[in-house]
Amino acid sequence: MPAKKSAENPRLAPSAVFALPMREPPDRSAEAQVIAAIIAGDTHLFHDLIRPYEHTIFSMAMALLRNPQEAEDVAQETFLKALRNLHAFRAEARFSTWLASIALNEARHHLRRDRAFESLDNTSDETDRIAPELLRDWREVPSEVLERLELRKMLQEAVTELPVIYREVFLLRDVEELSISESAESLGISAASVKVRLHRARIMLQMRLAPQLRRLAPKGRRFPW
Amino acid sequence: MIDCKHVWDRISEFLDDTLSREARDLVQRHLEHCEICSAILDSTRNIIILTADARVFELPMGYGERLHARLEEEISILRREPR
Repeated sequence: MPAKKSAENPRLAPSAVFALPMREPPDRSAEAQVIAAIIAGDTHLFHDLIRPYEHTIFSMAMALLRNPQEAEDVAQETFLKALRNLHAFRAEARFSTWLASIALNEARHHLRRDRAFESLDNTSDETDRIAPELLRDWREVPSEVLERLELRKMLQEAVTELPVIYREVFLLRDVEELSISESAESLGISAASVKVRLHRARIMLQMRLAPQLRRLAPKGRRFPW
Repeated sequence: MIDCKHVWDRISEFLDDTLSREARDLVQRHLEHCEICSAILDSTRNIIILTADARVFELPMGYGERLHARLEEEISILRREPR
């Protein structure tokens, strides 16, 4: 398909169209009320407070630790710490951000304790320029593709095999949806470093997955990537 | 006019809409004429959406039950020993 002017091609509309979609976040003011009620003594409400985050916190731990048992331990410890320290949660932060930071620290703690931590020094932000895979074909992401085991495994491997400094940024920014500055604060690095690492993480994923996804597409069909 | 490599270097920031207005306009103008870069942008965006989906990692069987049972234990302890 030849390139077209933006007026004819919705893909080339102004950049807002390209903005990554955000999942519907829990209502922040309702969440703040629940937190206040828990601190005031209605502790059982904590079960409801964390339900929206159970899966993403596990996923983040799993992507960092690559072991379901350890990931579950980290997720449990994250929520327990959040419960014990809820009085210290500052209302100006997002609860999801706070949880993600706790989970990151817990996962890092496990990594250091259980095995030789991948040296942060071995992966420089200043590696050679990386260029994305050239792909000409594309269509919308079908959500049901995640149901396919083979694809899910492919995605898991692509994420878990990212160097850890890129994986952490990708998890905070794209999975947990922290802002650049929140990610920077959680990781203890500059916003500029977050942007550099995030770019590399995303391009690495694209370079690795685009050819694999193309192969996965059934013969005779346009591949979606 | 910027070349394709300059666009690739800015894909992530373009997707996040964190480029300066000037830089964003340069990328935008390039995309309007470059089918390859616009396909790469779409592909990157889709791959981020797929890989960032929490469902990529399935929850272990019984995860929720174990988590809430453990929380319930802790809640009982906290209730007995109020801060």
